[in-house]
This record gives sequence, C-alpha cells and structure tokens, in this order.
Amino acid sequence: MSRYTASGLSFLLDGEEVPMAPGDTVLQAAHRVGRYIPHLCWHPGLPAHGSCRLCMVNFNGRPVSACTALAAPGAVVECQTPALQAERRTLLQMLFVEGNHFCPSCERSGNCLLQATAYQHEMAGPHFEEFYPGRPVDASHPDMLLDHNRCILCGLCVRASELLDGKSVFAIAGHGTRCHLVVDSPSGQLGDSALSVHDQAAGICPVGALMPKRVGFRDPIGQRRYDLHRVDEPHSQEAAPPADEETP
Amino acid sequence: MEATVRTVLARHANQPQALVQILRELQAEQGWLPREALMAVAQATGRTVADVEGVASFYRFLHLVPVGRYRVLFSDNITDRMQGSVALMERLCRRLGVAPGAVRADGRVSVAPCSCTGLGDQGPALLINHHQVITRLTEERVDAIADCIERQLPPAQWPAEWMQVEDPVHRADVLLGTPFAPGSALQAARALGRNGTLEQVQRSGLRGRGGAGFATGLKWELCRDAPGAQRCVVCNADEGEPGTFKDRVLLRRHAHLVVEGMTLAAWAVGARRGFIYLRGEYRFLLEHLQEVLRQRRAAGLLGPDIQGEAGFDFDIEIHVGAGAYVCGEESALLNSLEGHRGTPRIRPPFPVEVGYLGQPTTVNNVETFCAVAHILLRGGDWWASLGTPKSTGTKVHAISGDCARPGVYEYPLGTPVERMLEDCGAADTQAVQVGGPSGTCLSVTEFGRCIAYEDVPSAGALMVFDRRRDMFEVARNFAHFFAHESCGFCTPCRVGTELLARRMDKLAAGHGSRHDMSVLQELDTLLHQSTHCGLGAAACNPLRDTLLKFRPSYERRLQSLHFLPALDLDAELSIARAATGRQDAAAHWPPSHPTTP
Ligand SMILES: Cc1cc2nc3c(=O)[nH]c(=O)nc-3n(C[C@H](O)[C@H](O)[C@H](O)COP(=O)(O)O)c2cc1C
Ligand code: SF4
Ligand code: SF4
Ligand code: FES
Repeated sequence: MSRYTASGLSFLLDGEEVPMAPGDTVLQAAHRVGRYIPHLCWHPGLPAHGSCRLCMVNFNGRPVSACTALAAPGAVVECQTPALQAERRTLLQMLFVEGNHFCPSCERSGNCLLQATAYQHEMAGPHFEEFYPGRPVDASHPDMLLDHNRCILCGLCVRASELLDGKSVFAIAGHGTRCHLVVDSPSGQLGDSALSVHDQAAGICPVGALMPKRVGFRDPIGQRRYDLHRVDEPHSQEAAPPADEETP
Repeated sequence: MEATVRTVLARHANQPQALVQILRELQAEQGWLPREALMAVAQATGRTVADVEGVASFYRFLHLVPVGRYRVLFSDNITDRMQGSVALMERLCRRLGVAPGAVRADGRVSVAPCSCTGLGDQGPALLINHHQVITRLTEERVDAIADCIERQLPPAQWPAEWMQVEDPVHRADVLLGTPFAPGSALQAARALGRNGTLEQVQRSGLRGRGGAGFATGLKWELCRDAPGAQRCVVCNADEGEPGTFKDRVLLRRHAHLVVEGMTLAAWAVGARRGFIYLRGEYRFLLEHLQEVLRQRRAAGLLGPDIQGEAGFDFDIEIHVGAGAYVCGEESALLNSLEGHRGTPRIRPPFPVEVGYLGQPTTVNNVETFCAVAHILLRGGDWWASLGTPKSTGTKVHAISGDCARPGVYEYPLGTPVERMLEDCGAADTQAVQVGGPSGTCLSVTEFGRCIAYEDVPSAGALMVFDRRRDMFEVARNFAHFFAHESCGFCTPCRVGTELLARRMDKLAAGHGSRHDMSVLQELDTLLHQSTHCGLGAAACNPLRDTLLKFRPSYERRLQSLHFLPALDLDAELSIARAATGRQDAAAHWPPSHPTTP
C-alpha cells in the first residue's frame, strides 16, 4: 500500500481522486482501487492490447483508451459522460452484430462480460444489421470448446497462453472482418494442440468462445456472476487480481 | 517443394524477422502457400504454425489457398474506375471464362480487384502475379492479355510496351529540378559533423512528407538521444494511399537522392542499419533499387567507413511488402519488418524510442529523405526561405483524374489549388480530393485554398473530379477501400468500416432513408474518436466531406425520409414462390390489394 499513498500521486476520475504510481496506465490504477472502467480486452496481470476500445475515456479532454494511456499526476479523466456511454453502447452493438451471439442459448449467459457490459450500457437491441458470418465450432478437444461464433478477438487467450502458460496455443489470423482466432497444431484443431483445461488461457475468455466442457450449467441461471453482482462493482469483471498486484 | 523451401529459408538464414520476405519468395516460386510450407517455415524460424498462419493470412498478396497460376489484379482506385477499369475487368473475365475473385476450374487464372497500384497517371492499370504491372489498359490490350494467358505465355515474354511505366514530371522545382551528384550531400554533412548536420535539418523547418507532418529534425534528435546501443533508419516507401504515386517517381528517377538522404539520417542519429520498406505493388522497382545500392557500395557511399570516414558505417536492406495499406503506418511497418502481422503498435513508446527490434528508429517518407539531401547541399536557411513560415520548402504532388496532364508536380508549399488545376489542364472541375481518401475533399468554392499545414495539408495526392462525376460514388469507392484495408485489430475500425461500406451500398441500391444518414453520421463520430490508429480515424473523412459539400448526390438516393430495410422482401420470397409454384398476387410483397370488380 505504501507505494501509492507515500508517493502522493493521483489523478481525478470523474471527479474522484485515484492514487497512482509512475508507469501506471489509467485503467490499472483505477482497477486497483476498485473503480470500474469498462473493458473487454484488458485483464490484470497481462499487458494491454488496446483493441476493444471499450475503455475510451477523455484524458485532459482528449479521447484515449484507458488501458494503454499512461496515467499522469493531476490529470482530469472523464469516463461516465453521456457521450462516452453512448459511444461504448455503439461499440458493443458492433461486437454483437459482427459475430453470432445468441445469449439465451449460450451456456456462458450470466457469466459473460460482454453481455453484462451491454446490460450496463442499456443496449436494447443490435441497432446495426447483423453480419451473420458463417463461423465453425471446434469441439475436437476433450475438455474445451472453441466456438468462433462468440469470439470478439480480444486476444486475451493469445496473451495468456504465451505469457502465463508458456505455450502459445493461439494466434489471431486474417484481416479486417475476416480476422479470426487460429490454434497452434498441425491440423489447426484445438484437440491436437497443447492446451490443457488447467491452463490460464482456458479460463480467461470474457465471452462464451473458449469454455470448459461439461460444466456449463453447474451454476444455475440466476446464481451466476452477473446475476449476483453488477458489472461495475469492484473487481467483479474478472477473477480476483493476481497476488502480485498490490492493493492500497 | 521441400527444396524450394530450404533454398528460400537459407537465403534468409532462417531468421524469424524475415518471415514476410520468406513467405513472399516462397509464394513467388509456388503460386500459393500450402500448410506444409507454413509448417516447414515455422519449424525453421522457431515460430509456431499459428503465428506463421496469422502472418500469412494478414497480407492480401499471400495466399493460403490456391489462386490462378496467372493472378490478375485490377487497380480499383476511383481514377482507374473513371478510366474504365470496371468494364475492362468484366471484359477480361468474360474472355477467360472466369468469375471475378474466383479461380478458373483448370487453375490457370484468377482475376480480382486490388486497392491501388500507384499508377493513377497511366491507368487503368493491373498487376500480374504480384510482380509485373501493365499500364494504359484498353479493350485491345485486355483481349491480347487474355490471349497470352490462354497460350500460357510467361508474363516476362509479354510485349515490353505493356509494362512501360512512365514517370512524367510536369513541374520541377528545387528538388526535382536541380542536378544532384551522389555523395555530394554526404560530403557537406561530414564537413559539418553529426551535430551540425542535425542542426541544418532543424533550421530548415522541414516537416515529414508522409502526411503527419512531424518535424524531421526533432524526430532525428529524439532518435539520436534515445537510450539504446543500435539505431535504425527506415524509408517508408509503402505509398498505399490511393492517388499517390510521387514516391514511385522519386524512387525511379531519384533513387540516389533517397538513399543519400537515408545515409544522412544515419550519420545524424548514429545508425548502422537501414531498411527500405517497398510496397508489394512496387515489386517491379526492386532490381533498380538494388542496383543503386550496389553502385553506392562500390563507390564507398554505403557500407563500412563511408567516404573514408572511420566509424561511419551504414548499410541498407530492402523489404518488399505484401499488399497491406496499413503497413504505411510507421509502427505497423515496423511490425511487418520484424516479420509480424502489420497491426499498429501501442504508443507510447514511439518508434524513435522503441522501434525496429527495440532499437530507436526514425521512419521517414521517401520525399523527406530527398529534401534532406538538398538541405545539406544548400543549407537549412535556404529551405526555410521557400514555402510559407510554417510549411517550409517545396512539396511534390501526384495529380490524376480529370485533367489533361496527369503526373508529378513540384511546388513551393502555400501554392493554391487553382494554380495546380490550371497547370495540369483541368477543366470544369467540381471537386479535388487532396491527400487521398484519408485527406480532404475540396469543392469549387475552396480552390483558392493553399496546400500547406496551416491550410490544407497533403500527403501529396490530388485527384481531380470534373462535373461528370458523382461524388457519392467517389465516397463509396473510398469506403470500400478502408473496409478492405482495415487491419481488423480494433472494434470500431474492423466493424465500423464494414458497416460504412454496407450503408453506402444500401444507398447506392436505392434503399436509403434519412435513418441511414444518421447512422452514417454516428459512425463518423465514433470512428474519428475511438480507433487505434489513423486508418480508422480517417475512414469517414470522405463521407463527412462529401455529405457536407455534395449533399444532393446523397439525397437523390434516398427513397424515404423514414426507415427502409436493406433487403428486398419480394425478392426474398422468390425462393418460396419457386418451391410452391405460386405466382398469384398474394405470393408477392407488398401484397397487392384485391381490386373490386
Ligand atoms: C494508415 C496509414 C498509412 C500511412 N501510409 C504511409 C505511407 O504510405 N507512406 C508514408 O510515408 N507515410 C505513411 N503514413 C504516415 C506514417 O505513419 C509516418 O507518419 C511517416 O512515414 C513518417 O515519415 P515523415 O515524418 O517523413 O512524414 C501512414 C499513416 C497511416 C495512419
Ligand atoms: S476466444 Fe475468447 S479470449 Fe480468445 S480472443 Fe476470442 S473472445 Fe478473446
Ligand atoms: S484503426 Fe483500423 S487499421 Fe488502425 S488499428 Fe484499428 S483496426 Fe487496425
Ligand atoms: S480494454 Fe482498453 S481497448 Fe480493450
């Protein structure tokens, strides 16, 4: 705790002071004290990606992504403005129409960060025309399911597999709307890869794209994470931060 | 195949950074990249197959499924279209019996559009097998091409005049009009010392010619002062902005000037290694540039102890891109140089601090290097005396579209657009697109404005549209360009550019309403604010400008002031009608009302 209070450095997030250390990003510092900035491609303990753009904030009046922007002492950061909220809702709508998200039949429903964030942003419908892309499901792994229909290309599994598991099972391929996740194995199938259900990469997916098999309805609907917690509650967006992250 | 893979890998000493080069060369030999080739490359370079697949599938000119042995790519820039490229491509497809984008059943040929080949001054143009260009297409030429393909004549044996690329310079100023002796600027720079060289560049007030306009002297100083044992100089010859071709002309006519400028940068920042990142579409320039590098090594202008100056070591490699406009963005370019997907990096850190393989790196445009060489010969103050106070010196422009003399023109910055229109022989002009699709669209009332950072900045392209042209169609072509070229990394650009292109198509098909207009405006605001790099941020510029200045061309297309769906309900019902054999009135939408007898 000492590092943050002793340094005495802080910035303002929607008018409230957030303590920071030199080198912090805005999102890192806010997350540490349980302040919610919407995010999908960021996870404590992994380097920032900056791809989902949900974490857009105004930093001294300039729009930046909070997960990549370095915090600065005395900076004025606005996150919950009506304009930013509306832009985030549009970004969420884009993610929904780009893939195939049938929430009612998804076993991740209630535990899905995308869904919870969309509720939080009062997204009532898709707004844009759906792309309905033809995307395959890879059920070749004995313990894991990879459903490309729900992948939002956040790259969390890619980074977790490389940096936390030391396996590099995943990569992003393609370009533009044809971007997709690929698996490192001779056949390209998950079942032929080195992924284990105990890998960090296996548990990090914020949506229902990469899921363990046979545990789908262990927590009944109504008792899932976002049935019990709001997405903006401190640290409800993902599992407890790793031990090496200091909390003040 | 194995032998080819081994040879190509050996040529690059199995280096993982050379991945894009390795894949390009493999494909040049084999036509496409089968999975076994990817696996062999992955193993040799110590990378995963998924990683190699990710890289190979990123670049438009690399293919993971077979394409035709003759791969024909028509330049799809708006100026090529205005010169009839669409009909010519249809004609070639008809002659060859192949559908656009498909491979003919015998595997011999495929025909498709590509973004812009950088030959807007002599279009319509096309690219064969990502290597040879053919300019000034006509119906006769297209028919003759079809014959060559049917006769399986190797492209190298096709008539040489088809591949003739001209470099018309219609107005030369100090940059293009002054003779230059290779080595002379280096000599001047060595006399000034490394710091003195940098000082002259700073005094000149030169700002980068690649579009962003960052002060070159400051960039070099930051690079020189950043911590790191090795430093790097990169020439951005990606020139992917549709309508821009001035770098092509500079690289062909003034290659010594470009390379000398790079060597000056190396001298000023203390770099020993340099790269020319040459866009894939300019593959036909490779041998010429390599020859210039050879000559300069032989003359002691590259390599160890340049001009006998102990410790002044610098050499240059050429990397050829593989068809990805976003690789012109400097951090994406560095990723591509390192053998990765060309997605832009998070900044900070900026390339001047952490660039190629983590080394402080200065990335500059082709023309910036040309300017630097002249600045060292005649002094920074001389350059600063040209142009305007905030936009010093001259600027090279590529002019194309509706004008009598398309080509390259050099003017002092601050020159009004109308002067340029007059010089290139434009008549009855309704609009000028400055700086390509990412730039600004000017209408008649604005032709008095000047090309300068304080007025209309430009990366060097001017596309001229006369009154025959439909500015909505221009904007629609640009929307498709951005959707095709988005790297796909960030949500707003990946999805937003696609939504933009689809909405424009909906309007073009006559299904538009006011609702679509407000969606377009919403996309404009969002993309401008939230994308990871400049590509997505600029993608709505043409829409915004044309909507503001040529609104009637949009309104003409609106069917309704309210919402209209994109789908044609009656057409959707045709399948059901065919299945049920019904053709009565009730089987149609909207249902026709029973007429009272
Ligand atoms: C999408 C995109 C494409 C770009 N393409 C080019 C290009 O083809 N050539 C170029 O010199 N700069 C290009 N740029 C600008 C470069 O990022 C960079 O600013 C420039 O190379 C720096 O050189 P300069 O300072 O000499 O202008 C592009 C930028 C973006 C965002
Ligand atoms: S599978 Fe999940 S974690 Fe991996 S990129 Fe897709 S959405 Fe992100
Ligand atoms: S703005 Fe577009 S091109 Fe740039 S990073 Fe985002 S997806 Fe890629
Ligand atoms: S969380 Fe910052 S861009 Fe995704």
